[in-house]
This record gives sequence, structure tokens and C-alpha cells, in this order.
Amino acid sequence: MFWTSYLLAVLAIVLAWPVPIFLSRARWPARSPFTAMLLWQAIALAGGLSMIGAMLVYGLEPVGDNLIAGLRALAGMVLFNAPTTALGFWHLFALSAAALLTAHLVFTLLLTYYKIERQRRRHRELLALLASPSAEGAGTVVINHDSPVAYCLPGGARSVTVLSDGLMAALEPAELRAVLSHENAHLNQRHHLLLWAFAAWRQALPWLPTTRLAQESVNSLIEMLADDVALKTESRATLIKAIAIVASGSAGGGAFRPAAQAGLALDGLEAAAGVTGSDAARTTASRVSRLLSPQPELTPTARATVQVGCVLLLALPTALLIVPGLLG
Amino acid sequence: MASLGELERAVMDLLWAGHEAATANTLRDKLATSTEAKGDAAGHEGKELAVTTVLTVLSRLEKKGLVERERGTRPHRYQAVSSREEHTAELMHEVLGSAPDREAVLAQFIGSVTESEAETLRKLLGHV
Repeated sequence: MFWTSYLLAVLAIVLAWPVPIFLSRARWPARSPFTAMLLWQAIALAGGLSMIGAMLVYGLEPVGDNLIAGLRALAGMVLFNAPTTALGFWHLFALSAAALLTAHLVFTLLLTYYKIERQRRRHRELLALLASPSAEGAGTVVINHDSPVAYCLPGGARSVTVLSDGLMAALEPAELRAVLSHENAHLNQRHHLLLWAFAAWRQALPWLPTTRLAQESVNSLIEMLADDVALKTESRATLIKAIAIVASGSAGGGAFRPAAQAGLALDGLEAAAGVTGSDAARTTASRVSRLLSPQPELTPTARATVQVGCVLLLALPTALLIVPGLLG
Repeated sequence: MASLGELERAVMDLLWAGHEAATANTLRDKLATSTEAKGDAAGHEGKELAVTTVLTVLSRLEKKGLVERERGTRPHRYQAVSSREEHTAELMHEVLGSAPDREAVLAQFIGSVTESEAETLRKLLGHV
């Protein structure tokens, strides 16, 4: 079963390094953010599975012809004190590494959840005392602050969208509707679960390129998905204007001043984001450029191809782990 | 009778407005007055607010780190730990700041941008 662990290791390396780099540079995700999101999830899951699987299969090689036989032999060693001499140093090392990595991933996932929940609870407690209900509907509150700020705090039935006084003053009603519909899309599509999983993934393996690239891409893809929902009810120009007003207000800290002369605005924005910008700024730049020069969605064939690719990506490591055992 | 959440809010409003420490009794009297004033408009609220309820609310707020009590005096006098503005600033810092977990905690309409990017966006507004 050496070839199985070899193939899994190759898959793990390919998914950890070249694939995420190519995908993060690709242009098509902005055209079909949902499909791109599926692909990132498949890459992360398949990557983790093949990483752990490769070590597990290699570790079990001396005691079983396949994963199932190997696990049975391992259980005998752990539970019934069967002799472990067959394993030897490197195989034991690989098995321990597989166990540690699994525990590390699960533990980080839970720890991240706990941290996020604690921060949200504290935030919600303060909002309950500071914010007042808004005329925009249930689950929307207004906080007394001059900067134009809009965000949502996920939490099941207690989810809340927060708008600032500054925002309400700066935006026209249509722009405000676009902002609200964008925020509601985040809540309805449960984007916080994706953000949680990818934040934990990065937290657990920060030195792996795939985790950083995946988190950055997912952050920007969910914004595009929410923008698309807002575009169903509001015009493109309205949404762009809302983004520009909120972004310029939150950095300048003052009221927005329309500039008299405008250069090649978008190039400037992308250049600024590329050189000095944070992740958030890059996200804003790609969002705005996507809205300014809309590209057609990927063709159904292209989308289907990527989606089949996602399924294969998950099926491949699973099959490599299980099928040799089933064949006997 | 108002819910505990509403009472917490009313108590904090009183403490923030008062700028000084107050006993549970004082707070109860002030709350009763304001509820009566509201009650006339919205129909009779009925039950009177008990001091023990106010103490419960205060201890909940104390646990949340929003209220502290002076232990030297009896009865205890309570005061707000920070002003309303300071708490609002704390929230906005969480929203606008650069804490690594921020994006996972809350989904913001626009992430933080630098001054030069903001300037470009302002110019962009001329186009749209």
C-alpha cells in the first residue's frame, strides 16, 4: 500500500501549494463566486484529508495491506497490548503525526469557534445597551456614531445588522437598501460558517500558503456573493456609490467630498491596493472593479466542469483510503 | 413588567446620565418614576419594581464588567465603569480596527481602506 500513501502525499502537496496559488490569481472566480467558493472548500477538505491520510497509510504499512486491516492491527496494539515492534520508528512517527494533526485541526476549529462566540456575545451585550431599534425593520439597530458603518453580527435568531447614524445621514434611501440587502445576504447565506472554518484552517496551519490564500479569497468571494444579492433589487450605480461613500467615509473619518476632477479612478484604486493595501482593501478594489466592468457569468458547462472537479477532488483521497480495503 | 434586558438598559441609561454613583434604592425610585410616566401613555404597567430586582440587574451588569460598586459604603453605591461614548468607541474599534479575527466575528459592508484608496474612491464618485 506504499503507492497509496505516495499518491495521497502528492495530492496533499499539490493542494497545499500550486493549486491555491493558481486559483487565487485566476480571474474567473469573480465571474462565478459561488462555484469558486465550492472549489475552495473542496481544496481545503481534500487537502486536509490527503495530508492526514498519507501519514496514516504510510504509518500502517507494515501491519496491514490496506487502511482497514492496518487500523484493525493498530487497535489490537493500542487496546490489547499486541506487540508494536513491527512498526519501527518512522512508521510510529507518521502515525503520531497523523493523530496530532487531526487533534490539532479539531481543537483549533473548536477554539476558534469559542473565541468568535465570546467576542460576539460581548459585542451583542454592548449593542443591547447602546443601540436603538431602527426603522429599517426587525433585526436592524442604529448606533450613535459619526463614521458611516454597516455590519452584521451573526448569531442564529439573534443575528443583528448594525447601522451607524453617520451611515444613515450619508446614504440615499436606495443606497441604504443596497447596504441592508448586502448584509442580509451574509446572514441568509450563513457566510459566518465559511469564515469560521477558513479562519480556523489558517490559524491551525499558518505556514501553509493554501490557508492564507484560501481565507483571503473566501473573504472576498462572500462580499461578491452579497453584492450579487444586492444587485437583484438595486442598480449597479447605487451599489457602487454606497461602497464608495462608506469606504471613503470610514477612512477619512469625515463627510464625503465629491472630487471635482477624476482621473482613471479604478486603476488608481487597484494600484493603491496592490502596493500598500490590506486584504480588506484588495477585496474592496476587486469588488468595485467587478461592479464597474461587469463580466458575464461562466457558461453552465464551465461551471458544471468545476463542480464535477470539486466532487472528484473529494472523491479521490476518499477512494485512495477506502477502496484498497474494499477490494481486499 | 419590563424584561431584565430592558431593565439593564434603563439602569445603564440612568448611571450614564447621572455621572455619579447611586444606590439600588435611588435607582429603583428613578426607574419607578420613569415607568409611571411611560405607563400613563401605554396603559398601566401594574406591578411595582422591587429593589431586589434592581439588585439582580446590577449584579448582572457587574458580571458583564459594565458596572462597579463602591464596597466601602452601605448600602453599596453603583457606578458605570465607562461612559456611553467609551463603550461605543470600544465597539467601533472592534468593527473598524484590524483585529485578526474581526472578519470572522462580524461581516462589515466595507473593510478598512487606507487614506489613498479612500481618495481614489472619492474620485470614483464623480464618475458614477
